[in-house]
Amino acid sequence: MTILSNTQASEKIPLWRDERILRIVAQIVSAVVVLAFLFWGVTNFLRITQQRGMPLTYNFLREPAGFPISEGFLTYDPTMSFGRAFLVGLINTLVVSGSGIVLASILGLIIGLARLSSNWLLSRIALAYIEFHRNIPLLVLMFLWYFGVFAKLPSVKESIAMPGPSYLSQRGLYITFPRLTETGSIFLIFSGIGVILAFAAFYILRHIRENTGRETHFGLTSLGLFLLLTIAGWFLSGGEPFWMDKPSMQGFNFQGGFRLSPEFTALLVSLTMYTAAFIAEVVRSGIQAVHRGQVEAARALGLRSPQVMSLIVLPQALRVIIPPLISQYLNLTKNSSLALTIGFQELFAISKITINQAGRAVPVFLMVMLTYLAISLLTSLVLNVYNRKVQFVER
Amino acid sequence: MNASNSPPTLAPPVAPGPLEWLRKNLFSNWFNAVLTLASLVFLYFTLVTILRWALFSADWQPVTYSPLLFLVGQYPRAQLWRPGLSLLIGTFLIGMSWGLWERYIKPFAIFFAILLTILAIFPLKTPTITLSIRAVFLASPVLIILGYRIGRLPAVKGKYVITMWLLAAIFITLVLLPGLGNIPALPKIATTSWGGLLITLLLAVGGITLSFPIGVLLALGRRSSLTVVKLFSIFFIETIRGVPLVTVLFMFSIILALFLPAGSRIDRIVRALLAMVFFSSAYTAENVRGGLQAVPPGQAEAAKALGLSNFQITTFIVLPQALRLVIPTIVGQFISLFKDTTLVVIVGINDLLGISNAVLNLKPQFVHLQMEVYLFVAVIFWIFSYFMSYTSRELEKSLGIGKR
Repeated sequence: MTILSNTQASEKIPLWRDERILRIVAQIVSAVVVLAFLFWGVTNFLRITQQRGMPLTYNFLREPAGFPISEGFLTYDPTMSFGRAFLVGLINTLVVSGSGIVLASILGLIIGLARLSSNWLLSRIALAYIEFHRNIPLLVLMFLWYFGVFAKLPSVKESIAMPGPSYLSQRGLYITFPRLTETGSIFLIFSGIGVILAFAAFYILRHIRENTGRETHFGLTSLGLFLLLTIAGWFLSGGEPFWMDKPSMQGFNFQGGFRLSPEFTALLVSLTMYTAAFIAEVVRSGIQAVHRGQVEAARALGLRSPQVMSLIVLPQALRVIIPPLISQYLNLTKNSSLALTIGFQELFAISKITINQAGRAVPVFLMVMLTYLAISLLTSLVLNVYNRKVQFVER
Repeated sequence: MNASNSPPTLAPPVAPGPLEWLRKNLFSNWFNAVLTLASLVFLYFTLVTILRWALFSADWQPVTYSPLLFLVGQYPRAQLWRPGLSLLIGTFLIGMSWGLWERYIKPFAIFFAILLTILAIFPLKTPTITLSIRAVFLASPVLIILGYRIGRLPAVKGKYVITMWLLAAIFITLVLLPGLGNIPALPKIATTSWGGLLITLLLAVGGITLSFPIGVLLALGRRSSLTVVKLFSIFFIETIRGVPLVTVLFMFSIILALFLPAGSRIDRIVRALLAMVFFSSAYTAENVRGGLQAVPPGQAEAAKALGLSNFQITTFIVLPQALRLVIPTIVGQFISLFKDTTLVVIVGINDLLGISNAVLNLKPQFVHLQMEVYLFVAVIFWIFSYFMSYTSRELEKSLGIGKR
């Protein structure tokens, strides 16, 4: 019946007022407009590439790059290919954003909690930190740290000694770094197994405790397991799994230790401090979103303050915190591309040099955009899965 | 009614004295007391270090040497009346906005008036600040107060002032500052000589006014039932949001030229502006989408039942409610757009940050004064962003009160 009446109705409506037809027409028109615009751009582009003789292929990636990269976590020298250089840049981006994310989360959590502290003075200091960093551009902050602080450090001879020992100078930050001895891998394997066993014991025993109510001492047992295996590994490795690689002054420079360049350090510091201000606000609003009654009820049940925080408030606050936190992490990763202004060579800076050297603006550009897109999508995918888990468990 | 028989009445709460306040907020238990003392020590050392540096060892010469560079860059000094007139138009409109939306604009308007007065009478020894420039600075607070008086008249309505803002923006950016070739009083001035705060504000205002409508359209497109439109919108929004602004800026400054017919040139400031608009509109679209999703579907259904067309439903029913919900987020987006204008330094435009790099290279003794110059720039950005976020907070509060 309804089908019949519909067709009858559509027969009466003229073509230009039939919504179904209008919808199709609208879609075709918008598609044609967009595609025509793209087609026009691409024809122009092809004409220009033909004139200049820049084929649209990725063969140049195998050619030697010919430019140096000041620092990287992969071995690289100018005779290696453009593709290798791109990879070095990608790793640099991932390292700086990864460490930035970890540090900014810690700092942001501390400042967010300080902001909520009942101590008036502490809360005001946290507020001042947040307001300062949120209202100035990241690039200005980066310039302040790099040109104002790190580029002005004393020369190597007068470097600032800090506990560790570590030394801060124009050449960067030299820190003491633990390196594995020959038997060190035994220790690592043992403590690795210890961690896995401890986690397994923790979850299994807690599960039993939650289901049967029997006291299983899950915390102590797992901690004991971990310590036992770690100590065993320590003795098996001859009591010396690591040796401390200490930087020491030799001649005109430091030898040994682990060097963080001024560029890397300035980038990391500014990214961390900037993002931490935003994360602090995310943490604050997340914790404030937990209903007061929850805290009061937990107190009434006799939980102590740290327990109220870790068992009642934080799990509920996480639900609110995680989605905006994901976008802060993504922002940090994307903002790491500003590094090219202070001379740290990450993905974007190296791609820019590649464009100049190889003269293939569009292919390189597509690679850069797709790489950033892939990083963003992967990060949000992983964190969204985690987010869904948190949401599901809580409800 | 014997006082002694009646149950003891509680005394009205007394405002805590300063000692009581200290005990409650700073020394409630031993842990708090330790925190307070540690904070005091930290605060003392930070403040002493900063003040000692700022007052005694910092050299503010690059900042005071040529304030005009920071304001307008290399804009021809003979044509300075044009940015001056723009400033006067702007201050008058700020005054009117203050009169109309007292709650949101008042602190900024008063601060701005005081700042300009100080600038006008500040005893700088540079010859670049002439008497006529000082006169313009001095006239601005007067215009703010005049605008305030007019803005408070009942006849003045919000939509008039917004229209005036838009017309003024168009007039200033398209006519007054770049000039028209055929009028001798307004010779053309190439954008290469523009710079400083002028460019920063132009990019910010232009970016905000252009990206907002595009963002709304994209948000509507993403929620559209037309599959093709929806797909295009999603593709655009997600691609732009997945890449850094730097790449978009580079795309417009290098790649765009390859996709245009040979010989066609777009002004580089326009290219940077387009990149900002592109980038910001994707984020605005996502914010607006949040608002659109929060409007109950019953609203649109009721409107449909009343016989409104799809276009009418969107413009008169759904959008006003959705936008009202997301005003604070959108202001936040505007603040980050304003801060992001600094990135145009990377494509070689002398905005406030770019001009400060130029100032550092002006004289050999300035080369090592980055801390001073960048701090000065940071303070300027801070002031503008702070007042924007103040407005956003007030809006949030007033919208919260009116929540139904």
